[in-house]
Amino acid sequence: MGETVITARGMTKSFKGFKAVDGMNLTIERGMIYGFLGPNGCGKTTAMRMLTGLLTPSAGTVEVLGMSVPRDAEALKYHIGYMTQAFSLYGDLTVMENLKFMAEIYGIEPSAQKGRIAELLERYELTELSDRFAGKMSGGQRQRLALAAAVLHEPQLLFLDEPTSAVDPESRRHFWEQLFDLCDAGTSIVVSTHFMDEAERCHRIAIMEAGQVRADGRPQDLMNAMGASVVELEGPTLREIRRKLLTVEGIVSAAQLGARLRVLVSKSISDPVAFLTGRAETAGATLIEQVRPNLEDVFVTSTGEGRQ
Amino acid sequence: MSAPKRPTGLSPRRSARRIWAIFSKELAQLRRDRMTFGMVIMIPLIQLILFGYAINTNVRDIPVAVVDQSQTGISRTLIQIVQATQVVKVTERLPTPEAAEEAIKAARVRAALIIPADVDGRLARSSSIGLGTPASTDEETSRPVAQWIVDGSDTMIASAIKSLRAMPLTEVFRKAPNRSTPTFEVSLFYNPEQRTAVNIVPGLVGMILTMTMIMFTSAAIVRERERGNMEMLINTPVKSMELMIGKIIPYIFIGLIQTAIILGLGNVLFNVPMGARMLDLFVGTLLFIGSSLSLGLVLSTLAQSQLQATQMTIFVLLPSILLSGFAFPYEGMPVIAQYIAEVLPATHFMRMIRGFVLRDAGLAELHKDALWLAGFLVIGLTLAALRFKKRLD
Ligand SMILES: Nc1ncnc2c1ncn2[C@@H]1O[C@H](COP(=O)(O)OP(=O)(O)OP(=O)(O)O)[C@@H](O)[C@H]1O
Ligand SMILES: [Mg+2]
Repeated sequence: MGETVITARGMTKSFKGFKAVDGMNLTIERGMIYGFLGPNGCGKTTAMRMLTGLLTPSAGTVEVLGMSVPRDAEALKYHIGYMTQAFSLYGDLTVMENLKFMAEIYGIEPSAQKGRIAELLERYELTELSDRFAGKMSGGQRQRLALAAAVLHEPQLLFLDEPTSAVDPESRRHFWEQLFDLCDAGTSIVVSTHFMDEAERCHRIAIMEAGQVRADGRPQDLMNAMGASVVELEGPTLREIRRKLLTVEGIVSAAQLGARLRVLVSKSISDPVAFLTGRAETAGATLIEQVRPNLEDVFVTSTGEGRQ
Repeated sequence: MSAPKRPTGLSPRRSARRIWAIFSKELAQLRRDRMTFGMVIMIPLIQLILFGYAINTNVRDIPVAVVDQSQTGISRTLIQIVQATQVVKVTERLPTPEAAEEAIKAARVRAALIIPADVDGRLARSSSIGLGTPASTDEETSRPVAQWIVDGSDTMIASAIKSLRAMPLTEVFRKAPNRSTPTFEVSLFYNPEQRTAVNIVPGLVGMILTMTMIMFTSAAIVRERERGNMEMLINTPVKSMELMIGKIIPYIFIGLIQTAIILGLGNVLFNVPMGARMLDLFVGTLLFIGSSLSLGLVLSTLAQSQLQATQMTIFVLLPSILLSGFAFPYEGMPVIAQYIAEVLPATHFMRMIRGFVLRDAGLAELHKDALWLAGFLVIGLTLAALRFKKRLD
């Protein structure tokens, strides 16, 4: 560890004056899974396209695997894999034909092709589907094919743009296990997501909003260092309590989770439970207790209205 | 972990493999696109039959009216002789020239023959019978026997009827015609029976290839974009030129198949000769297919959608039909139109294929056209490869 695979300084992309990515700084180390977490339109795809050399940055410098991008983009292509957000293999070719096509394009020796493809079909449970047209497969099957195609040439660095958005929770767990297998074998991975649970699995994440990185670091560190305490309330009149609390100074956010109201209280208030218990706004609450923060709390405190 | 070693420099073998990959992929996609695949065969087949049978510049059986103001044996014989030429067919008999004009206006007939009441007298004195040579100033004898009024809007029909102007009338008197010596003797080479199909069928190869070749490749790049494959494709190490070459190879075979269909069937159905210059024909056709395909690729890098690609194809196709010499003789066009025609690959191919197939000419005689096509191919391919950027912006 310690060796960086991606360094970006002030990476910016403007589309006709609109900054889709705005002065992004990134340092990503070899061997880790790095997550971009952010809402729709925050610039995750645009950032990945600049890192892979598909888009030219309007400003800033990008270095990937020691090569300057986009200048050395062509040489870089042998060493990176990219799974696009929308399925981009050929729908009118079969699984096998798609993989063969990629193998030929990447110049994998004919003697090695068969074994490599068979290995990937096996690993990603595609062996039975090898004659199926890619366009006729389910979202989860297509996602496995796309991953197989992206790692076919054994890239050192893998970009995955919202790889699990069309996949059920069980398959998603499985998919992540496979990512850790790849990571264990030495592949560095950059993955974008808007799922908190996925982000939590990453070694490091960058929380993005409106083209900017709002926070970055290890998920655990981000939770520990969060600028707010988390308090949960129970009671019969949670909707009313919520409405009232949102007007109170020092309350960052309040959101109901089933029978509980999850309230983020600013760190400036030293004893959040006491702060809430004594107030008129929380009248009717049967339970008030402090809980451990999760990544969603980090997200809420670092973006949008809750940004501190 | 050590990075797996992958080549990054130029390697002809790897290039060839990538071209092969693109080629096989295109072929697999084409094979599964039943509609397109069917069109590859059906377009030349149907167009050949349509053009071969329907287009005929030797006009026959033009519907005409007759206004017979004399109603004599002579006038009836005159009408019979006119019909016997098979150029016209009398479909109406009308009482007055005014009625005849109405009939032309209403498009019931294309022309009308007006036979005056004194046709007998005119005929007796007419030089066209050849009873003697009249003095050139003699007004009386130089009056024509009868008059045609013609809808001149279609020049082809008008000139067919004009050709009747000097029709010999010796039949009327069962006399030998006045065989004056012609100024010129005309010998028709290459198409002595003057059959239209002989000229049309080789030209049709040029038209069909222009249409299908440009159409296929003009969609080739933009289709990758529309179907969402572009982002994946440009992230691979494939080079622009490899992509371009891989994409046109399948269509070269298709173009050759289409040429074989048209010339083969043209030979069977319309007795159009194939000529003995098979190798020249093959090379010339290959050059034309290549230049049309590379033109299509250039269009494909310009188009934003498949619809735009189709529109651009038509933009090239129309002048190719009208200016290449397929529809009208090249020599009759204004100089400006000739310049435009010279730019189009179809013009050069039209000259070449008619030369090979009809006049037994070879590449040696037509090397200028062959060189132009070769140049067009190289420039087109280079332009397309340069224009194609492996970037999304
Ligand atoms: N080619 C383009 N031209 C103009 N605007 C663009 C272009 N590509 C992206 N944008 C804009 O840039 C912003 C960021 O887009 P981007 O696709 O990077 O977001 P994202 O984080 O990937 O979103 P999602 O989660 O929905 O995939 C959006 O507002 C989008 O409209
Ligand atoms: Mg995206």
